Amino acid sequence: MSKNKKKFFQILLVFAFLGFLGILINNLIINLARTGLGFNFNWLTKPASFSLAEHPLPYSPSDSYAWALFIGWMNSLKVIISSLVLATCIGTLIGFLRVGKNSFFSIITAGYITVIRQTPLLIQLMCWYFVGFLNMRNNSFLSISNIFNISNKGIELFGLNLSPEFSALLFGLSIFSSAFIAEVIRGGIQSVPLGQWEAFRSLGISEKQGFFKIIIPQALPAFIPGLTSQYLNLAKNSTLAIAIGYSDIYAINDTIINQTGRAVECFIILLCSFLILNLLITKVMGIIDKSIMKSGI
Amino acid sequence: MTCALKLRKFIVNLLKNMINRFFFGIAAFGLLLTSCASNQNKNISRLSLIQKRDELICGVSGKIPGFSFIERDGSYKGLDVDICKAFAAAIIGDSEKVQFRPLTAAERFLAIKTGDIDLLSRNTTLTLSRDSFGGNGLTFAPVVFHDGQGLMVKKNSGIESIQELANKSICVGSGTTTEQNINDTFESLSLPYTPIKYQDLNQVVAGYLQGRCQAMTSDRSQLAAARSGFKNSKDHIILDDVLSKEPLAPASDGSEQKLADAMRWTVFALIAAEEQGITQSNIADKVQLATNNPQLKSLRRFLGVDGGLGEKIGLSNNFVVNVIKATGNYGEIYDRNLGRDSDVPIPRGLNEIYSKGGLHISPPFN
Repeated sequence: MSKNKKKFFQILLVFAFLGFLGILINNLIINLARTGLGFNFNWLTKPASFSLAEHPLPYSPSDSYAWALFIGWMNSLKVIISSLVLATCIGTLIGFLRVGKNSFFSIITAGYITVIRQTPLLIQLMCWYFVGFLNMRNNSFLSISNIFNISNKGIELFGLNLSPEFSALLFGLSIFSSAFIAEVIRGGIQSVPLGQWEAFRSLGISEKQGFFKIIIPQALPAFIPGLTSQYLNLAKNSTLAIAIGYSDIYAINDTIINQTGRAVECFIILLCSFLILNLLITKVMGIIDKSIMKSGI
Repeated sequence: MTCALKLRKFIVNLLKNMINRFFFGIAAFGLLLTSCASNQNKNISRLSLIQKRDELICGVSGKIPGFSFIERDGSYKGLDVDICKAFAAAIIGDSEKVQFRPLTAAERFLAIKTGDIDLLSRNTTLTLSRDSFGGNGLTFAPVVFHDGQGLMVKKNSGIESIQELANKSICVGSGTTTEQNINDTFESLSLPYTPIKYQDLNQVVAGYLQGRCQAMTSDRSQLAAARSGFKNSKDHIILDDVLSKEPLAPASDGSEQKLADAMRWTVFALIAAEEQGITQSNIADKVQLATNNPQLKSLRRFLGVDGGLGEKIGLSNNFVVNVIKATGNYGEIYDRNLGRDSDVPIPRGLNEIYSKGGLHISPPFN
């Protein structure tokens, strides 16, 4: 009887939820009809007639809005993935130094984390772009001929030219996220019982070997949930690109909304593309988590 | 190359199909579940709503000196702002009962459509797409400022014409007609260029001053306004090339005809007052004159002594008097914000009234 009751409530809950969702969507449709906006995605195939500074695939203003959106998504993906890698590297390094025995590094990294975490990302991005990159005028900040060059033209790496907008966004996002990742790493390492440290020391294993072979494998499962949420944040934060003139999907959406007046459709596309991207990140992290669990540490 | 082309076709089709199917699926489900949802919005016109609320909500930019700019004391000042005040004086009878909402270029049309603001007075270019029910679905009041898009470069760059900007970077505000115009112009001349797009004018200016682009583009009035704030304003020149016509006009929701009528005739009243030499300082005398002289038929109609013109558009009969008392005529508004002694001097040019060679003219108040 109680089992049936439970089932009944479950079904009721599902219906209530679907009903609520239905009301919301219906409301949206009625209001759209009332304001004469209506739903229409036919504009997607019309020519975009705006140009883009950066496009990883061939693009011209006579291409369709859908293609322009896709280029925007590619641009977003480009900056998200590269920031993700860079942020993880910096974050891990900072995290290790933070828990290390060297008190000088420990204080420096604590300061880094405090400053970066306590200031808004938008301001950091503006700072990187307007004060950092564009302020360098024509003299290079760091230049190793033909290999590496940072100037107001952006970053040049092995002949690969990264625009100042992309570079500023890459730096801003990576450094902002690295501070959070460092804390995740620190938390993970500190979750390993102190006894483990004492154990490998008493076995005569060197500090370095003990850290990487005994402590880190045990801390890994604790990293994953924290890292996942930081990666998701990073992906979402990338939409601040519009502030510094990088043509990510949000910036392109902004232009399209103005040209077509199709704000609701554009935001639905925007929401869906981020949902897909973040579900992908979550899925990949889930696979990593599972493989760590499987390897039996 | 062909691979990219194929990929493009595939993605375009995929996107379209997926979105259409997916979304309409959910939507149909929603309709099924809620067979009847009440629409609480009674059919009250926007004009009555403003009068009932006793406040006009006006969308402005808030970032363009001379048009709409926030002063140190937090008040708004500029041509667009004065036009809002004139509307409030006409509709409510008090030019101070305005609430200003600063909006970005991308937000502005949706803000009207959702009803967050009553009307827009935000240096908005009147175009067919924006004015039509199949486009943005707005309706525009008469033009309050005739502008054109221009390009500003640094004097020492040696650039003197648009052709010399080939392969250069140009800073542009995203989500504006500006962005489309610059593209149309450079494409028609087959000149390659790199657009660097920022979300608002302040960033466009910063990008230009920091040297990210060799030129910045915007309406010529905005370029002049921006330049007036530069440290060495003489080091920057606005090129002679005019890329587009930019008639700037206030706008409201296309389905609100009463409000549109009130706005249209308020702007015409400002222009008609200048044509007839009626100013803020002599309006009281003019009313006196009209009341005492029954033979001054057209003046009596204009000032609402006779004729009941105001009633026909849902306003009080003396709405013109309220407007001129509050803001002065069009010329006075112009001089206050963009005149020779203002912070952003822009020669009147096309913005003179027709009798002085400009484009502003008012149809008769009959």
